[in-house]
Amino acid sequence: MIESPVIESPLMINTVFKIGPVPITAPVVVTWGLMMLFALSGLLATRRLALAPNRYQAALEMIVEAIEDQIRSTMRVEPRPYVPIVGTLFLFILLANWSSLVPGVEPPTAHIETDAALGVIVFAAIIYFGIRARGIGGYLKTFAEPSVVMIPLNLVETFTRTFSLIVRLFGNVMSGVFIIGIVLSIAGLLVPIPLMALELLIGAIQAYIFTVLAMVFIGSALAERPAVGKERE
Amino acid sequence: MTMNWTQIISIFAAAMAVSFGAIGPALGEGRAVAAAMEAIARQPEAVGTISRTLFVGLAMIETMAIYCLVIALLVLFANPFIR
Repeated sequence: MIESPVIESPLMINTVFKIGPVPITAPVVVTWGLMMLFALSGLLATRRLALAPNRYQAALEMIVEAIEDQIRSTMRVEPRPYVPIVGTLFLFILLANWSSLVPGVEPPTAHIETDAALGVIVFAAIIYFGIRARGIGGYLKTFAEPSVVMIPLNLVETFTRTFSLIVRLFGNVMSGVFIIGIVLSIAGLLVPIPLMALELLIGAIQAYIFTVLAMVFIGSALAERPAVGKERE
Repeated sequence: MTMNWTQIISIFAAAMAVSFGAIGPALGEGRAVAAAMEAIARQPEAVGTISRTLFVGLAMIETMAIYCLVIALLVLFANPFIR
């Protein structure tokens, strides 16, 4: 290891506390906080659902409809079964990337473990929706799609695209945190603010890209169907 | 001097990875932005779709440079050949 007095490794994780023998790290605590935030806001906003929505319900419906629109235009299927996983992925990654706005909080997506977990979720979702749409035999047949020669390539691609999904999110968020840390250690006050603003933009774009790619992967595992809804501008 | 050859080469390799790895994405991003500018100049009413797609595309291209940065940081901070 190359020791540096100023910069600590961005790949290290600090243990906050221990529950018995299990160490609980900072990203896990932030993730729990986000989960609590989601659960509480969901509970509060859906407590009194009505046909004439109040303010929170209207905002929530707007978010859900925007996600449904995106799914419809990207996957060309009826969006209902995919809204939970796609919406949760997007909102979680967005809030996780933006959680660096809270002082002292590091985004959990800046550590590869969180991103790997998200990637594994997407990987499982691809297989689940593929098998549900085509059956096991039909799903396995897609690996030999253009011809039988392509089987090894398709198998490798299944893993590499998930891996690149993981590394893309990890690299972008981690590099942002790292660069802001370096700039902060060189010039303290006010100088990192434009970089932090850029980091907010990158966080939003990366959340969008992760979700869109997950949608594309899931959509490619589904059977061909007649397009529902028109293409959106 | 506590530095050994592995560390010296590691630092050099990290700098090489980032510097050469940035060339390709830089050229690619330049081409993408130029094409988008041309498209907007021809069809100003499609600016919303073009810029949204451009942002996504730029982020995808930029990922190539980010891969190099990840490799550089791995070499610097998590080098498997040191200790």
